[in-house]
Amino acid sequence: MSHIESYQEMFQRVKDKGEGAFIPFVVVGDPDFETSLEMVKTYVDNGADALELGFPFSDPIADGPTVQAADIRSLNSGMTTRRGFEFIKCIREFTNIPLGLLIYYNLIYKMGADEFYKAAKESGLNGILAADLPPEEAEILLDTADKYGLDQIFMAAQTTSNERLEKIAEMCSGFLYVVAVMGVTGARSELADTTVELVSRVKSHSDLPLAVGFGISRPEHVRNVLSAGSDGAIVASALLNIIEENLENKEVMLTKIGSFCRELKEATRK
Amino acid sequence: MISKGKFGKYGGVFVPELLIPALEELETAYLKYKDDEKFNEELDYYLKEFAGRPTALYYAENLSEKLGCKIYLKREDMLHTGAHKINNTLGQGLLAKYMGKTRLIAETGAGQHGIATAVVGALLGIPTEVYMGSEDVQRQKLNVFRMELSDGVVLPVESGSRTLKDAINETMRDWITNVDTTYYLIGSTMGPHPYPTMVKHFQAVIGRETKKQIMEKEDKLPDTIMACVGGGSNSMGIFSAFVEDEEVELIGVEGGGDGINSGHTGATLTIGTEGVLHGSLSYVLQNDDGQINEAHSVSAGLDYPGVGPEHAYLKDTGRASYDAVTDKEALESFKLLSETEGIIPALESAHAIAYAKKYAEKEENKGKTIVINLSGRGDKDMDLVAREMGVEI
Repeated sequence: MSHIESYQEMFQRVKDKGEGAFIPFVVVGDPDFETSLEMVKTYVDNGADALELGFPFSDPIADGPTVQAADIRSLNSGMTTRRGFEFIKCIREFTNIPLGLLIYYNLIYKMGADEFYKAAKESGLNGILAADLPPEEAEILLDTADKYGLDQIFMAAQTTSNERLEKIAEMCSGFLYVVAVMGVTGARSELADTTVELVSRVKSHSDLPLAVGFGISRPEHVRNVLSAGSDGAIVASALLNIIEENLENKEVMLTKIGSFCRELKEATRK
Repeated sequence: MISKGKFGKYGGVFVPELLIPALEELETAYLKYKDDEKFNEELDYYLKEFAGRPTALYYAENLSEKLGCKIYLKREDMLHTGAHKINNTLGQGLLAKYMGKTRLIAETGAGQHGIATAVVGALLGIPTEVYMGSEDVQRQKLNVFRMELSDGVVLPVESGSRTLKDAINETMRDWITNVDTTYYLIGSTMGPHPYPTMVKHFQAVIGRETKKQIMEKEDKLPDTIMACVGGGSNSMGIFSAFVEDEEVELIGVEGGGDGINSGHTGATLTIGTEGVLHGSLSYVLQNDDGQINEAHSVSAGLDYPGVGPEHAYLKDTGRASYDAVTDKEALESFKLLSETEGIIPALESAHAIAYAKKYAEKEENKGKTIVINLSGRGDKDMDLVAREMGVEI
């Protein structure tokens, strides 16, 4: 793979086109290695500007039932941390867009931060976000992330005070992940009014690009968060639901995923 | 956070960003009220008049004679709702009330912590909802009914293994979603800071009473203190008063299940490794990748793949030691205590009795003065024990 696009380059690229970034999520290995890789390819072929990749975890406290079910399918198909990195190498064979890893901290802790970040870098990842690792506990990882040239990504939520926002923005690189809802991941029919407020509040405390996730399930949600000032939209559960509903028919699954991705990407064009 | 809540390297606040402000609010309130005169007067009143404190430190003469040691039992089994859990739910329930929270949520395995939370919710007039794995709901119908009688709402959890660990996941998700109004009442010395410290504080009454009582009866400290360890609250409660007294040996007894190497065990400190689960760094039962294993113990209270972080610290520093006894040994000791003393222990507490029996058999331990924390009574285990004994009731 030639030059790997950085988050900064990617956000600039879409901005230059007058668009926002469309960032779909997948749990690697859901429902199995091959299908999951085809899913990712479908994402890329249908407008993904970057990818959020989840390694499955047995106890995902920040996730709702959709992601947890995907985690279980992936673990049952034999996904491990090492195979996860192999998976990312496979993705790098066909795309150079930014790849972010969304993970629970115990998987990093168990392998050891240095070894984990080294493997992450070698696999071709751009950045890592640990869902249960707030800035209080993340200090020790920043040097490791630096050492391997990886972005350490953090979340900002509605409960996050301005004072914390500034601290988080200082530690964060790549982009800031804005949690749209008070709650866990999962598809929702409505976007909270407070999301718009949060995006502008975060904007006023940070120069980092923002991507909004959690509950972004429809093209109009994507439009709304982008018009509120976000630089990107992360879509997870709504896509995973399509996997779950079409486990018996891979072709239909991929076709539906492809057309939904095109709709979501279209919504990022102003 | 005001403090990092670390015990050596263990503990901490490994939670999603959404929860950090709630933990900060909780820490601030806890630090404000833990030494507040009015708060403590009210808590002491309820501990005495509602829960039945102080509990006796009972000299188990028959068992002592049989085992060749001087054995005292700290009778937490005599408390309202049948176990030490009420010490903590009264403390935190009152804290929730002082904080102006309008809803209590809790997780429960067998239902003991759920019941202790539901009755405190009823007492203080705070609506209470308890998450319980759907497997456990089936196995513990009587306790589900007890919670419902106290106006608690039981929410069956269908995700994952449908047991305690998934009930905790689900309670955390609820808290993440409803953090403004809701108080998460964690039942053990686990979870993110400030829970391990706070739950120890509310359970420390066990140790304080024990120390005073043993000095009155023996005019010296005991040689050894034993307690069962699941999440670790009853053990931390009694250990806390003696940690500084280096000459007192502290032993935690885990649920060994079918044996520590059987793959069916709850012996987290005995065979587990360092890991992050449910908000803190401690020992956990996990595979090579860090995926959390399911625990197994005949006793639901010890059936958990994690353990409170301060126990991890006490283990590493050597201040306390930890071992496990099997389901079979615990069941034998359940009968032993019932027969010799007329006291039917909770299966959890029976693990400490079983360890005491093995301990007393060693020549170097003959004649020692041992305090066992009898954390709960066995009423809740009747069905299960009868089944294990092949008796129909």
